[in-house]
Amino acid sequence: MGEGPVASGSRRRIVTPGRSAIGGLVLALVLLPLVGGQYAQYVAIQVLILSLFALGFNILFGYTGLLSFGQAGFYAVGAYGCAKLLLLTPSLLFGVVGGTLLAGAAALVLGVLCIRHTRIYFSMLTLAFGMMIFSMALKWRDFTGGDDGLVGIPRAPLEIPGLVSISMASMGRYYYFVLAVSLVAIAIAYRLVHSPLGLTFQGIRDSEGRMAFTGVSVRTYRLIAFVIAGLYAGLAGALLPALENTVTPPVAHWTTSADPVLATLLGGIQAFAGPIVGAFLFFMIKDIIVRFTEYWLIWLGIIVVVLVMGFRGGVVSLATARWRALRPGREGA
Amino acid sequence: METLAFQGVVGLSMAMYLWLISAGLTIIFGVLGVINFAHGSLFMLGAYLAFTFYGLLGWNFWLAILLSLAGTAVVGWAMERFFLRYLYGVDEAYQLLLTFGFILILDDAVKMIWGGVFRIPDIPAFLEGHWSVFGRPFPVYNAFIIAAGIVVGIVLWLGFERTWWGRTVRATASDREMANAIGVNVPRVFSGVFMLGAMLAALGGALGTPVRVVSPGLGAAMIIQAFVITVIGGLGNLKGAFVGSLIVGVLSAYGTLLFPVFELALIYLIMAVVLLVRPQGLFAR
Repeated sequence: MGEGPVASGSRRRIVTPGRSAIGGLVLALVLLPLVGGQYAQYVAIQVLILSLFALGFNILFGYTGLLSFGQAGFYAVGAYGCAKLLLLTPSLLFGVVGGTLLAGAAALVLGVLCIRHTRIYFSMLTLAFGMMIFSMALKWRDFTGGDDGLVGIPRAPLEIPGLVSISMASMGRYYYFVLAVSLVAIAIAYRLVHSPLGLTFQGIRDSEGRMAFTGVSVRTYRLIAFVIAGLYAGLAGALLPALENTVTPPVAHWTTSADPVLATLLGGIQAFAGPIVGAFLFFMIKDIIVRFTEYWLIWLGIIVVVLVMGFRGGVVSLATARWRALRPGREGA
Repeated sequence: METLAFQGVVGLSMAMYLWLISAGLTIIFGVLGVINFAHGSLFMLGAYLAFTFYGLLGWNFWLAILLSLAGTAVVGWAMERFFLRYLYGVDEAYQLLLTFGFILILDDAVKMIWGGVFRIPDIPAFLEGHWSVFGRPFPVYNAFIIAAGIVVGIVLWLGFERTWWGRTVRATASDREMANAIGVNVPRVFSGVFMLGAMLAALGGALGTPVRVVSPGLGAAMIIQAFVITVIGGLGNLKGAFVGSLIVGVLSAYGTLLFPVFELALIYLIMAVVLLVRPQGLFAR
């Protein structure tokens, strides 16, 4: 079996939402603390974290064509890294940036190994290496605290030495911090996928052989996509410790890797906004199902099966198709 | 020294569970071209079914194993017939995602039906007792597992190499369309192979019931080790799966003994080395 020049045969189009919709959404997010209480802010933070996590995953899957089942590994490196740094020096920015970079470094090392294969093999490798990180989180007791995880992590103030020091003690403050970080990260991701780099990723996804003929080092670009996904997973993870005040091994488990996969699948892999919409739907569905039964994964599994069997485009492309059908004049836009 | 040799024998029996699950995984991949992420969950289902018939209902050991194979085969058949079959023409990522959905469903279904905490049923009387191996007691049951694994290996080899059915399956594996053209009922071969793979996984799970605790996390743990094995041995290759199982089984036995903290890391390290040196696997053709 080789990595033959097989086009996946898919003509995936990347759909972007209208500007006014984005403006409205950002405004709603900024105003949220005025309307919603602590719980709403807490859930919103989680949605934002999963959005970043899934966005990175989709740069790898939707844009580059590599399906990773091990993103929780880098999520956990971000979370544990940030937690360790926060326990060391109480500076939020230091912790978040440090955790993210550590995850990027881990993605670089494991990425070199994982991208030696593509397709099914790649998925298996990422799952296995992700679980390697899980087993380290569980067993390397001296560093990670084992089963109990790391506890008593402070929600340190946002400090830029010599300039400002903003307390993050209230949920509202932390919400604005996460929102700001998320918006910047989402904007960067948007620029990335609409740059020549993003086009190269899509070229590799659709026709690896042709990209190689044009002189593109396919492996290098796959590695770049892998590291970007790792950085986003790490950033998402690094936002976690200050929210929960603890980090435990389940953040590294493969079931956590499933979250961005499911969010992306729900929202749609063809659309840039798919993972973000999916992250929101994911928490809505979870919230509704958990009210009726503790066995919510079985329903999630059923949703996955239904999506894969019948609605491979996800919600966003379904909505876009509807929109296009209603306004046929904008077809070519 | 004796401890080391003894631990090696213990590792061999662990290797056999791994062999049974990775054999099923490999056969399904070889013929259908699908990686069944839910294969570990089928292993777990086999274990739970055998536990129910043998441990809870107290039926005959062999009957319990047969029933657990049959039950798992039915579930496997339904997975292939009603779901996977419609995805052969689509990007293979969706096949992975589908079987991934099955993991979520099967794991939670097992929790719903059987609950969490478990006792291990007694070893059947005729397999109880110990032999003396390297001056240490070696359980007869472990020897039975090793024998069972080897017998399955021989049966599979004979079945694929020496029977009409095996030739049909190999023909389908190498060229679906051509096999179809010469009158092979390809969909039926696919169903049959998927059921065979499911039964191999179930056999591994069922044989382990008297000595291992079954828990809902079992499937995930097994599938990840099976993946490591197929990466080491080379995907779609039965010999590779067998040798890979031996390597992983024996090394984790030594790992537990020598460096308990990094026992798992050791296996991944070997996988990483194989990837760097021979990414196609040790036994790939």
